[in-house]
Amino acid sequence: MGFCIQEAQFNAILKEWQKQYHIYAPKVYKGGGRFSDTDCIRYGEISQINEIVFDRKSQYSFKEILTPVSQTLFYFTEGETKEADGPRKGAVLFLRSCDLHGLKRLDDMYLQNGPADYYYSRLRENIKIVLMGCGHSFENCFCVSMGTNQSTNYDLSIDRQEDGTYLADCRDPQWNRQLAEAGCASQEVVPQYVTENAVRVTIPETLTAEAADSRLWDQYDSRCIHCGRCNFVCPTCTCFTMQDLFYSENGKVGERRRVWASCMVDGFTDVAGGGSYRQKNGQRMRFKVLHKVLDYKQRNGYHMCVGCGRCDDICPEYISFSNCVNQLEEAMTEVKQK
Amino acid sequence: MIRNDYIPFPSRILEVIRHTEIEYTFRMEYQGEVKPGQFFEVSIPKYGEAPISVSGIGENFIDLTIRRVGKVTNAVFERYAGDLLLLRGPYGNGFELSDYQGKDLIVIAGGTGLSPVRAVVDYFSEHPQERGRMTLISGFKTPHDILFRQDLKRWEESMDVILTVDCAEEDTACQIGLVTKYIPDIPLGDVKNTAAIVVGPPAMMRFSVQGLLAIGLPEENIWISQERKMCCGLGKCGHCKIGDTYVCLDGPVFNYTKGKFLVD
Repeated sequence: MGFCIQEAQFNAILKEWQKQYHIYAPKVYKGGGRFSDTDCIRYGEISQINEIVFDRKSQYSFKEILTPVSQTLFYFTEGETKEADGPRKGAVLFLRSCDLHGLKRLDDMYLQNGPADYYYSRLRENIKIVLMGCGHSFENCFCVSMGTNQSTNYDLSIDRQEDGTYLADCRDPQWNRQLAEAGCASQEVVPQYVTENAVRVTIPETLTAEAADSRLWDQYDSRCIHCGRCNFVCPTCTCFTMQDLFYSENGKVGERRRVWASCMVDGFTDVAGGGSYRQKNGQRMRFKVLHKVLDYKQRNGYHMCVGCGRCDDICPEYISFSNCVNQLEEAMTEVKQK
Repeated sequence: MIRNDYIPFPSRILEVIRHTEIEYTFRMEYQGEVKPGQFFEVSIPKYGEAPISVSGIGENFIDLTIRRVGKVTNAVFERYAGDLLLLRGPYGNGFELSDYQGKDLIVIAGGTGLSPVRAVVDYFSEHPQERGRMTLISGFKTPHDILFRQDLKRWEESMDVILTVDCAEEDTACQIGLVTKYIPDIPLGDVKNTAAIVVGPPAMMRFSVQGLLAIGLPEENIWISQERKMCCGLGKCGHCKIGDTYVCLDGPVFNYTKGKFLVD
């Protein structure tokens, strides 16, 4: 059902939701940007609808809610282990269409690739999705090329109107009742989505792993500084490393965590005895790019990249992922000629 | 409810067998399903986890041959019989004995590469009727690095064993040369009915496979086992991914028809 929701009505609804859910949405962290006097837009808990940033793209994705940057798995106390507590509440996530498509990739990675992940499913279990419509495309977005510009698997969609009201399409029966009882005016609503981006990518049909042999990757050897920011902002990167931590006050007590890892950063492939793979940055770039637009599809049947463009937004060396993908056609021609 | 695969179980060290200064086999209490070539995540709180392949399988135990080369393995070497280690697993596909049964079998192992394949060699040493002629080429850097000396002696009774070292300062009982040197001289029957397993460092595996192909073994008769960094063993952490393949789930044992496409 479609509704027009006033700001006060929405805030009352959020208050109601908070009894059962944490509410996460992109919001401003004042002064938290990467440069002095700049802000950071990333996911955090909100309680008022006007805290949500609609007019800009969040620099980091929602993934840290389901795959925390650092997640305690269990505690050690001498001979005993104790599992870390799970969430007490569910979560409502405000996502744009690209990120909602990203959620499908997280699900497939954590629930389908090998046995289902206990800690992920614990956070995933009780989740509601609010789709934030996109009235226009942002810088570096290429969701249309990736087919992620539209989503229908939401519980509620919202589009902020210029007059400060919100147009919403609700698919959750309980929320439908709630919105009607709150006195929200009913009307036909179709969530906004973009049909065109300034950036377009073409993934060649002929792309194979042979592209690894192309000279294309060499340019990144020196341009890339293997900082891994592209992985950390990506809604579909899921790699982690195990880490044991012991408390300095009591060395017999500690915890095992998993923390985000990056295939661009040194140490990712280190094996005992000093061996490692992909030492050149260009080879790491190749590994990442082909994962996003080739390997993942071979395994799961659809592309991993959702075209949010955050990797291009964040790169301190102005390396463009979409530009790299658009060079793959030429790379394939090059390796075929060899 | 989904099982929590990350919580390890404690396992007692039954025996510590010293091979070299930096390589010991820890015989661990274990009952349950396990196949040669599979691996466990071995951990000690505070130091972390490391993937270690199973080097031997008994009724109530598994052997884990560990090389002292990292943070976790250093800590493991401070443990003695009676102490506990934390384990989770087994993970990976392991070697399918049925792939080799009824065939002539060639096993080529480089250094600690002998560990993951040891239980396979052991099995066919004890069940010679289940295979044809068997050749083991086991190479180490120097005579000081030789692992499983007693096993190598024992295996000699039922198969051709070539023990070789890359270099030796003093006179040694073993031969000197890379494992690849001996491949052309392996006594061959019907190559179509000959299987080979190659395990070791990347370069050694590459050249050994080339050698086997050169003497006529078909690609599909060759198996390799890969070693990668693995933080989970469950297809999640991403460290062992090569192309569309996760070594922990789809491997570590690969038929060469698939293994040849693995480019890091």
